[in-house]
Amino acid sequence: MIAAEHLPVLQVVGPLLAAPICSVLRIRNLAWFFTLIVSVGAFLCSLLLLQTVMESGPISYELGGWMAPLGIEYRVDASNGIVLLIISGISSVVLPFAKRSFEAEVPEKLHSLLYTAYILCLTGLLGITATADAFNVFVFLEISSLSTYVLVAAGSSIDRRALTAAYNYLILGTIGATFFVIGIGLLYMATGSLNMADIAVRLGTIAEIRTVDVAFAFIVVGLALKLALFPLHTWLPNAYTHAPSAVTAFLAATATKAAVYLMLRFSFTVFGTGSGLLAPMAGTVGIPLALAGMFAGSIAAIYQYNLKRMLAYSSVAQIGYMVLGFGLLSVTGVMATTLHLFNHALMKGALFMALGCVFVRIRSVHIADLSGIGRQMPWTMAAFVIGGLSLIGVPMTVGFISKWYLISAALEQEAWWLVALIVASSLLAVIYIWRVIEAAYLKAPPPGRAVAEAPLSMLIPTWVLVGANIYFGVDADFTVSVARAAAEGLVGVMQ
Amino acid sequence: MRHHLILRVVSKLLIPFILLYALYVQFHGDYGPGGGFQAGVIFGAAFVLYALIYGVETAQKAFPASWLAILVPLGLLIFGGTGVASLLLGGTYLDYDVLAATPTGGQHLGIIVVEFGVGVTVTGVIIAIFFAYAGRTDDIQDDDW
Repeated sequence: MIAAEHLPVLQVVGPLLAAPICSVLRIRNLAWFFTLIVSVGAFLCSLLLLQTVMESGPISYELGGWMAPLGIEYRVDASNGIVLLIISGISSVVLPFAKRSFEAEVPEKLHSLLYTAYILCLTGLLGITATADAFNVFVFLEISSLSTYVLVAAGSSIDRRALTAAYNYLILGTIGATFFVIGIGLLYMATGSLNMADIAVRLGTIAEIRTVDVAFAFIVVGLALKLALFPLHTWLPNAYTHAPSAVTAFLAATATKAAVYLMLRFSFTVFGTGSGLLAPMAGTVGIPLALAGMFAGSIAAIYQYNLKRMLAYSSVAQIGYMVLGFGLLSVTGVMATTLHLFNHALMKGALFMALGCVFVRIRSVHIADLSGIGRQMPWTMAAFVIGGLSLIGVPMTVGFISKWYLISAALEQEAWWLVALIVASSLLAVIYIWRVIEAAYLKAPPPGRAVAEAPLSMLIPTWVLVGANIYFGVDADFTVSVARAAAEGLVGVMQ
Repeated sequence: MRHHLILRVVSKLLIPFILLYALYVQFHGDYGPGGGFQAGVIFGAAFVLYALIYGVETAQKAFPASWLAILVPLGLLIFGGTGVASLLLGGTYLDYDVLAATPTGGQHLGIIVVEFGVGVTVTGVIIAIFFAYAGRTDDIQDDDW
């Protein structure tokens, strides 16, 4: 009865309605199982959607039967189909892992509410991605952000600093959302429409350009805060460090990705040629800040002792790569960004989950406590090493595919200096990953520490992502073809 | 609070009318100004007033905090469930036209049910926020006034 045509909305409404149900399930195993079912359902929806989109073009869905510019439209094409797939896929892999991880890190009575916040966060991220209505984006942005603050604060039973981290994130996230909604308001003032495609059409016809430029500036700054573009990244390291491991794995792989997607969507589909600021912004702000983030993030990562914080700084650097591809404003550049969205989700998910496995056994992710852990937890640390190689960009891993296309995009514009900088910052990743390998494999374990391998329910999901790192690194046909369709869809609008 | 006679008498007199007015705003919302959000706030405010005058503990006897955990998700489910119902009846999500025999009747029914859901959740959230903050401190003693 529920035909395939309803998939774009079911994708979002399923988790949305599951959240209130989950909040009254007071048995934590039941809440976990329910969350898992919902997440896997969303993943299947996104798989079907992406398949349909790749075969027969974008799907549009009108909520409430109201025509597109008046009502809220959900629109799925290649560029957001792949992001939907990343979000729901990572969520479905993290959840089996999350059960044991939460049991080790969060008081039992909070579990069912924690899963509720998790589903709400999933709803928000999927909604941000699926909708074609600018104000609807803001609503879902708030749903995902508010639940994220709760998820981060849930780490407070291990370390009270989770509370200040969540509070900082709350303040900065709210500033970001406020900037974003001011931008939407100005756009609405200038065009009288909230539908993205409709705004783009109307922007082409109006003479008044200053309001539009200001709107663009507000939206870009708001989203830059949300996606943690250097130097607006300050909320990220603390939030990722103090959140429960499973939450960090989920957020690191999805939350900033949705914001990067929004940046692409607003820059190309909505503004495109409507605002003359896109090209100057990308050249004078986007690329320099992306480069600064790549180096500042990697260098900061080298000096961290808490490995979760190290990976968090590495995320700041990786976001630099994504924004760099975007800043080149070419089909190959946006392809590189889209590929890195997907690939970075795989590698950071795997790395943070490996650290979650370590934490369950030795209750620490401090580098000094990890000496010799590679011999005691061989599978966990092997996963970490492969994830790390992928982060560096070694061939046969997904990291290589991302960097290959990023470098191709730079070469297209004959920007040799960019190629040199990309390679240099990758070498910085070698340093911080090597520090971990040195501690884990070359140092002797402290005498008297007997550590078993992590439980299978955590190891298997970690290795699923590790396997994906290798699989999509060897056979990139799927990701490259989707990324090409996405980039052509986005940049083609502009040219 | 025994000697705040005026406050007690006046609030006791007012609270039923506040609740009634909330219901008016709720169910007249699709003809005039109002709707679920405003009605929920007014309905919640009646309980907040009661708690301010008679103390949080007395208010929690009238409105147990355990109801809130049901009420807040229930409203969202009523709203979302309406959308699913319209989807199952052959429309798109939240397309009220298909809910009744005629599209106009469907729109009426749909908006009333959806606004009711909003009202339930907003009432619950307003009271929950108040209980959460008021429950953190001791009741104000008579001598402190």
